[in-house]
Amino acid sequence: MKKNRRKVYMAAGYHTTSLGTGRKEFHPKKPRPGLEEYIQEAGRGVLAQIGGGRCVDEGIIGNFMAARFNRQGHLAAFIPSIDPDLRWKPCTRVECACASGGVALTTAMKSVLAGTADVVLTVGVEVQNTVKAIYGADILGGAGWYRGDRKKGHAYFFPSLFSDRAGAYAEKHGRDKTRQAFARWFRNAVENARLSETAQECHNACEDLEALAMTEPNPRSFVDHLNVFDCSKVSDGAAAIAIMSEEGLERCGIPKSEAVEVVGWGQVEADLTVPPSDPTELETTRRAVQKALDAAGIGLDRIGTVECHDCFTISGILSVEAIGLAAKGEGPDYVLAGKTSRQGDVPFNTTGGLIGWGHPTGATGVRQAVTVWQQLTGKAGAAQIKISRKRPYALSVNMGGNDKTVVAIVYKKAGRKLRAKP
Amino acid sequence: MSYIDRMENVTVLGAGGKMGSGIVLLTALEMADLALDPAHKDRDFALNAVDVSPKALSGLTKYLRDQVLRAAEKRTVALRGVYAGRADLVENEEIIRQYVEDVVALVRPTTRIEAAYGSTLVFEAINENPDLKVKLLTQIKDHNTKDAWFLTNTSSIPISELDARVGLGGRIIGFHFYNPPAVQKLVELIRAGTTLPELADFAAEYAKKLRKTVVPSNDVAGFIGNGHFMRDALHAVAEVERLGREYGFVDAVYMINRISQDFLIRPMGIFQLVDYVGIDVCRFILGVMNERLPGQGLHSPLVDQMVQRGIVGGQFADGSQKDGFLKYEKGRPAGVFDPAANAYVPLAQVAPRCDERLGPPPASIRPWKGVITRPDKAAFLEGYFRELRGLSTLGAELARTYGKRAKEIGLGLVKDGVARREEDVNTVMLTGFYHAYGPVNGYFD
Repeated sequence: MKKNRRKVYMAAGYHTTSLGTGRKEFHPKKPRPGLEEYIQEAGRGVLAQIGGGRCVDEGIIGNFMAARFNRQGHLAAFIPSIDPDLRWKPCTRVECACASGGVALTTAMKSVLAGTADVVLTVGVEVQNTVKAIYGADILGGAGWYRGDRKKGHAYFFPSLFSDRAGAYAEKHGRDKTRQAFARWFRNAVENARLSETAQECHNACEDLEALAMTEPNPRSFVDHLNVFDCSKVSDGAAAIAIMSEEGLERCGIPKSEAVEVVGWGQVEADLTVPPSDPTELETTRRAVQKALDAAGIGLDRIGTVECHDCFTISGILSVEAIGLAAKGEGPDYVLAGKTSRQGDVPFNTTGGLIGWGHPTGATGVRQAVTVWQQLTGKAGAAQIKISRKRPYALSVNMGGNDKTVVAIVYKKAGRKLRAKP
Repeated sequence: MSYIDRMENVTVLGAGGKMGSGIVLLTALEMADLALDPAHKDRDFALNAVDVSPKALSGLTKYLRDQVLRAAEKRTVALRGVYAGRADLVENEEIIRQYVEDVVALVRPTTRIEAAYGSTLVFEAINENPDLKVKLLTQIKDHNTKDAWFLTNTSSIPISELDARVGLGGRIIGFHFYNPPAVQKLVELIRAGTTLPELADFAAEYAKKLRKTVVPSNDVAGFIGNGHFMRDALHAVAEVERLGREYGFVDAVYMINRISQDFLIRPMGIFQLVDYVGIDVCRFILGVMNERLPGQGLHSPLVDQMVQRGIVGGQFADGSQKDGFLKYEKGRPAGVFDPAANAYVPLAQVAPRCDERLGPPPASIRPWKGVITRPDKAAFLEGYFRELRGLSTLGAELARTYGKRAKEIGLGLVKDGVARREEDVNTVMLTGFYHAYGPVNGYFD
């Protein structure tokens, strides 16, 4: 990975509520906001912090499957609906399945690095509650290889792919420990979500989350090795953030103390037509994170918080290993030892992650960046964790499909002078 | 004849009715499981849905489509396997749509009873009118070329009586679903003394395939379910007459309805349940029971009067509730019938004064819906009723009287040889009426 030729910053993040089952205001039969409202709410949330649309050079929007969930294409043309001053500016929609948000971030960063823009409004959005989950499974199945794999696949296509990973992992490293780590992951996710007003699981009042999450999987109605608590839910939501150069920060009047700097990133693609060589490993994630860390020139011991792509509990455990915090087969021990909890060495998913906060697929990568920005600039409210001087960096990992597209980004609070690694 | 031979050509009589449509649905789903098995691809499965009303049949088709769709959405994991050989069906949506088509295609709606002449199995779900049942079953028996077996959904008429009057020689069994058949878990199985053992075996297998809870009932008019429900309702009517002398009819209906729902933690108040079943249907059932069990007071002038006035409850074709003892708005009780004025008094007028009279329910009260799913249901009920026993309000007193009577009725069913054991009575009320607890309990002792 080449070093960035300019400094790239992110600031003025905003995300909507993650709406879906679990939220008190959600009712499947009541009218809900659509794509437009989510895009506008998130976009305006950013513009209000950076001086309006006139300060923006370009718009990028990440979305996975609006064409099927909402029968709507051409999302780039919704960006000017956020603010009249965004009309006549270049806008692009990007799609990389559940990594669409992450790829929206890197696409925006590339414009800043190329020097063609100093301020890029980056939005991610998905509105999925338009169909029942059984049909949503078809739509999300588009993140896999339709011609090659869909027909022989499961009704719940993606849960089943990760269920297979969970089954292989349990077989190799022990079922009890794995199952318990899944349950702990769920508990951590919901406990963190309770600290975030916008989280889908914010209203979850279950007293014994781990016991609930130990529910035996039911292959008759779902998949072999995962229960519903192992899965992120169906979510509607959007997130947005401004990606800027130094000049962009000045133009928008954003002090560096209010921004994060992207110090390294990696974007990696695997072949959609080839199954993972080892189902118990997230190889693409591992490669993306390594690239990001190399570019940042730091080691894992400097990472203070991680936003990882826990679309399923097993993806959470495998992410811990792919990032390198635990050796293969030791992810469950790492989690069960409390190291990923908010009191742990490296708090993961401090507002709940995909399982706790929610997973509006195309928005997730951007939402992760917003959460990181909030944590590093002290804006995380009740969910705020302490960022120590020893571990001042944050890492986000956004995965598309079955570990096919991965974007990993390393951040630090902008303007913070950091001692070189001894 | 094997189970599958028997299931190849089925007729449901009264297919457009509330019970009949549910029976068609469940039977069609079961037949589809057989028909979609590649081993049976050369067979021609048919479910003749017979009803006198073309309108009811068109309602049936819509109901079936909606319900089969819902069933398919829940069973998609298995359905993908069923259609694994169909390369053209890839996504869940395509498979679900095909399944709905395949199930609906099994059902042949018709107003012509002749459709039953070629059937191997006839399921009767017409009005609870013994003479009409006998007439239609006789006509089918006389013309049927397949030695058909008969399942009857009668909720009150003794099976041995139908067998003797139609002359079926034991080719009949009582297979009593609860309303709505697709939801209520219970099937009461009633063998006449003459019922063929192989028919009884078939009925048990069929109930098992439908994943129903089976309770055997002896062949006594009303069986267990209506044996309890009708007597329970007559207790309510007697209480209304007693309380009515002091508080007036309208207030008495409101109070007993509220006691039987809220205070006793049941899904519906007793008068709402009578309206739901249909006051005319209740009258039919009472008529059948009273004739066969004379001297037990199984009749109600009040019920007769309501039917004479044309106030019969039941549901409209779209499933919404018709007015009866109570008036309904959006499916919820909104008024109480006043026979003197021949009009409904809004609940808002009646409730405050009656609720004050009844006094507050036990503080630990929870609505039925929250109670049935509680993991600690037994302990909760124990505590709740202990509290109820300690209260001296009018409401608590009426509830205790009601609960005691319900238990007495339950024990009576065992004593009179209708139910084989107390547990069967409780199972019927739990799975056929969705009660939170069985009537034979220690809560009111």
